[in-house]
Amino acid sequence: MSFVKYLAVLPFLGILVGVPLLNQVQPLVMGMPLILAWIVLWVVLTAVIMAIVYRFDPANRDSGEPRV
Amino acid sequence: MSALIIIVATIVGVLCLGLVARRGTVMDLEQWTVGGRGFGTILVFVLMAGEIYTTFTFLGGSGYAYGHGGPVFYILSYGCLAYIISYWLLPPIWRYAKQHRLIAQPDFFAHKYDSPALGLLVALVGIVALIPYLVLQLKGLGVIVGAAAYGSISPTVAIWIGAAVVTTYVMVSGVRGSAWTAVVKDTLILAVVLFLGIYLPIHYYGGYSAMFSAVDAAKPGFLALPAKGESIAWFDSTVLLTALGFYMWPHSFGSLFTAKDERVFRRNAAMMPVYQLILLFVFFVGFAAILKVPGLKGPEIDLSLLRLSVQTFDPWFVGVIGAAGVLTALVPGSMILISAATLLANNIFRAFHPQAADATVSWVARMLVPVVALVAVIFTLRGGSTIVALLLMGYSFVTQLFPTLIACLLPHNPVTKEGAIAGIFVGVATVAATSLTHTSIAGLFPGLPATLRDLNIGIVALVLNLIALAVISAMTRRRPAYA
Repeated sequence: MSFVKYLAVLPFLGILVGVPLLNQVQPLVMGMPLILAWIVLWVVLTAVIMAIVYRFDPANRDSGEPRV
Repeated sequence: MSALIIIVATIVGVLCLGLVARRGTVMDLEQWTVGGRGFGTILVFVLMAGEIYTTFTFLGGSGYAYGHGGPVFYILSYGCLAYIISYWLLPPIWRYAKQHRLIAQPDFFAHKYDSPALGLLVALVGIVALIPYLVLQLKGLGVIVGAAAYGSISPTVAIWIGAAVVTTYVMVSGVRGSAWTAVVKDTLILAVVLFLGIYLPIHYYGGYSAMFSAVDAAKPGFLALPAKGESIAWFDSTVLLTALGFYMWPHSFGSLFTAKDERVFRRNAAMMPVYQLILLFVFFVGFAAILKVPGLKGPEIDLSLLRLSVQTFDPWFVGVIGAAGVLTALVPGSMILISAATLLANNIFRAFHPQAADATVSWVARMLVPVVALVAVIFTLRGGSTIVALLLMGYSFVTQLFPTLIACLLPHNPVTKEGAIAGIFVGVATVAATSLTHTSIAGLFPGLPATLRDLNIGIVALVLNLIALAVISAMTRRRPAYA
């Protein structure tokens, strides 16, 4: 967990640093303006990253919870 | 007229549901989402996804996409960052609140800092921030009733009707509200927005690529952040402000106290971001409207979704869309109204009448419901702001509580109660002064570089808040006994 939790910093960088760098409409990605497609990518990655953090966090161990 | 009939029927139906809920068959939403595994994952998805849609996202989100373009993407961005913060922020708050049996946000601050005065201030900040939030729901109700009446009801009358409906709803269904209404609302709004967000771009443009290309050709650069005004500096500061303020609202603070165990918050941090993607469809509606119902200006942009619907569909279907919209305003609107009235009664009235009986306090809360609604109507009628601007104003207020909250969760809190009060006071006063006088940083300091000029004023207030907090804390700190 010690270093896995630092993954949570990435979405902050992706959105607060990435969006200003990729602030343009063209090219369209998956039919969406580039800036929007980039944000969508980070929304999905945030969910993935937080699922990983959850999995490795010792605070969530040993429970009867069947779902992640 | 058929649109209006469907909407009126919906309102009457919702009030009946409220009456039923009050008669004792209260349907607990927990049963649907947690206990009722028999209902399956699809229903759980519908409820969670439908919850994302409020008046703010439904009318405000589409309207902002229509009128402002690229800057609307902030709405999709801040939720994710807020959920990440929640993973570490909510469990310690929940633990402390459970241990000390605290049920409201001001109680939490008052207890942590051992200062009833701070609790009073936090309650006031909460009420002040809830007012624009309530105003935007009423605005939404007014927009819907006005559009569904095809011009036969004036906006002013529509807003009065909206306020009367919310107030009646709260008075009828009581403090618990009706979970059935939430179920109907979440299902209906999800179906409506998914349909609109898919159908309209295909119907009018042939697809998403074609739609965005057409908009980009007509308004080059409109779909990205502009160089001035709502620029990248505005985007970053606004995303940060709203992400930090996400859990500072009195009503979200209140609902987290009801969670059964702290792991729920951590699991949600991984689940909730995905639901945010549902917001895309409401943006698509707003973008589709840009070239099809051009010319809406200023606060009128909130009308774009309904204008395009009126132009595209038969009146009965406009009625269905309007009914979904009414529910998305009614459910959160009633919750906000209850929060504000309860804060006023429990944390302000009781502070000055400590000997008041519980029955008296809940009577005061009930009597305050129409009063708060009336105040919101007055602000709504003064008009001038878009739905998104109203919510941002509320966020500027509640986010001022963030530094004080974080500090008190630290193992050794460096902030004194005097520092906390000073920080919150300075931050909130800055926001109030700038929003009442409509001042922007660009207006105050035209010589500043563009990056600083475009910063969200709430972030500037937050910096002043931190300075006051640090200075006053340093001046009033007592020597710790163990040092």
